[in-house]
Amino acid sequence: MQALRRKDILGLEEMSAEEITLIMETARSMREIMRRKIKKVPTLRGRSVLNLFYEPSTRTKASFELAQKYMSADSVSVAGTSSSLVKGETLKDTVRNVEIMGVECVIMRHPVSGSSQYLARNVEASVINAGDGMHEHPTQGLLDMFTILEKKGRLEELKVVIVGDIRHSRVARSNIWGLQKMGAEVVVAGPPTLMPPDLDVFKVSAFSRVEEAVENADVIMALRLQKERQEGGLFPSLREYAELYGLTAPRIAGAREDVLIMHPGPMNRGVEISSDLADGPHSVVLEQVAGGVAVRMALLYLLLGGIKEE
Amino acid sequence: MKPLLITGGRVIDPSQKIDDQIDIMINNGVVEVLEKNLKPSAEIELIDAAGLVVVPGLIDMHVHLRDPGQEYKEDINSGARAAAAGGFTAVAAMANTDPVGDDPSIISHIQERARHAAVRVYPVGAVTRGLEGKEMAELGRMKNAGAIAFSDDGRPVVSSMIMRNVLQYATGIGALVIAHEEDPFLAAGGMMHEGSVSSILGLKGIPAAAEETMLARDLIILKLTGGRLHMAHISTAGSVELLRRARSEGLQITAEVTPHHLLLTDRAVKNSGYSTNTKVNPPLRSEHDRQALWEGLLDGTIDAIASDHAPHHPDDKDVEYDFAPFGIAGLETTLPLMLDELSSGRIRKLTLPLLVEKMTAAPAGILGISGGTLQPGSPADITIIDLSRTITVDPSAWYSKSRNTPFAGRRLTGAAVYTIVAGRLVMKEGVVSENGEY
Repeated sequence: MQALRRKDILGLEEMSAEEITLIMETARSMREIMRRKIKKVPTLRGRSVLNLFYEPSTRTKASFELAQKYMSADSVSVAGTSSSLVKGETLKDTVRNVEIMGVECVIMRHPVSGSSQYLARNVEASVINAGDGMHEHPTQGLLDMFTILEKKGRLEELKVVIVGDIRHSRVARSNIWGLQKMGAEVVVAGPPTLMPPDLDVFKVSAFSRVEEAVENADVIMALRLQKERQEGGLFPSLREYAELYGLTAPRIAGAREDVLIMHPGPMNRGVEISSDLADGPHSVVLEQVAGGVAVRMALLYLLLGGIKEE
Repeated sequence: MKPLLITGGRVIDPSQKIDDQIDIMINNGVVEVLEKNLKPSAEIELIDAAGLVVVPGLIDMHVHLRDPGQEYKEDINSGARAAAAGGFTAVAAMANTDPVGDDPSIISHIQERARHAAVRVYPVGAVTRGLEGKEMAELGRMKNAGAIAFSDDGRPVVSSMIMRNVLQYATGIGALVIAHEEDPFLAAGGMMHEGSVSSILGLKGIPAAAEETMLARDLIILKLTGGRLHMAHISTAGSVELLRRARSEGLQITAEVTPHHLLLTDRAVKNSGYSTNTKVNPPLRSEHDRQALWEGLLDGTIDAIASDHAPHHPDDKDVEYDFAPFGIAGLETTLPLMLDELSSGRIRKLTLPLLVEKMTAAPAGILGISGGTLQPGSPADITIIDLSRTITVDPSAWYSKSRNTPFAGRRLTGAAVYTIVAGRLVMKEGVVSENGEY
């Protein structure tokens, strides 16, 4: 198998369709490993990874840590609250200190957009962006595409509708770039105050009525609505949001029969998605999580070039 | 000091509409004679300016020298040396120091510190105490102490009532108010220009409307109060349009623009991979805005070019984008950047006399200071330019303590080769020496 010819995974905007395809294929083999009784391969034995999370995370952090364990990599995890950030150490100093201890790959989640590019410029280790501000969350985009591929067998010509706070969402950005490169049609929907300025640049069509947007959709993806946005005055209340934009069975009645319902988590049940949809037959929310481990195993493998060590 | 004769140069002095090969005799720190074919002698120091351009000393009407309080970023001496290296003979230093320049004692302190600096340093006083926008500072007492203008630059005057009072009060003492036009609510949390690039990068935007709404407000207030107002660092097409209209209505409004707003757009944030050297307030705007700024500069809507030199210590900028302070250092790049733009021919109607006017007579006129002219009897502040000299922007070689420029590595054609302040040579071929010894 080939390796990725790049040092870092910072975003899907800069990634080619060929690279995404390679990651998808690799993730499929990794998914097989995960189905085994003994989910451990020696591929990354002796390789060291740092998980650096400057923002709270359950799913992404657990997913990366398990991926590392299943691949036999050694890893250390540092959380924002316990890190030297609180002691005033700069990001660059923190990572250089850990790097000198032998770390070859840094997984970072950070509240500031562009921080993963900044880090990648300043360290020799590979950097995997686990979410930087409102910029990108490439591994989420990849795992979403992986989930769709597993279920639909293709990405080309699928209509994928992303509903909610597109403006502040790194998940939306990564999905828009990735899905479009793979030939899918991406549509976004939500209140105008939660749409990015100059939306045209993303080449997506936008709707402020969800019912219109989801017409004949193959996939509907709800985004988590952050409560701070209400405090920022971008919409009046959670209950109004739920009433006008929340995904419910009647609201998405115009979607295709076999529509997939997705959510990157954590869900606000009854706000952006109703429980009957989240837990219903169309929901692939848990498959997304399983795919997340496979995709992250694939990325570690492709970046750290496990083969060379064998 | 021996008399100084500058011979053989092309003299461009927009204040006297001169563009001709003339010699200049300087004696006792003032321009004595401006004539063709002046004779050198043994008692006269000579600068052979053949092939060079001789202009009134350049004036940068908007710089931050960080002194007092943040001398690790810059101080009056390092900033003045940077100015001399960049061809400036005078700078106007903004009041957002620590403590704030909102009191006559600070104004006097700056003047005292500047006495032995390489170039003239004119203090700008704060409009409100502590730049807090609440109480009017002692404009009159500061003016008497030597403040040449007043500004809360770095921050807008948020209260329309305070702005009204300040503009009205200023008419009584003949003071110039310089406004930083920014609606803090529209701009809140913003990191760069709001538009397609900020959307892609996921950085919170500062819409053009943040500048335009505040400018529109102040123009309407100015109509009410009379008097005059100078707009700092104009950055949007909408602002140019507002100014154009206000001028046609006879309002006394002037404006300055920076080289970075003339030369860069928000694309620079993306192309540099979020380099914090592109983080500046007002932000680098769209290509449409950039074009409009050039139009405004060429048609006279925008009066002056100023650097908004905002030095920061390299450590302060070597962080994640949101955490970095706003600002671009410009004293040592402004002239070369503008000359390079001229020599490139990219801006069809741009001429050297126009460029010189925007950096000499215009700022001198707005600030009401001597200088900006080579008229006999005026102080011998002179800049001599070599249009063919090629430099590479290398912040590590700067006189400024800062390194924050998005232009690092650029090769530019055109630079100052001599800076003369009050008849004293303070910079020769890029080397600064306050005592004039080389």
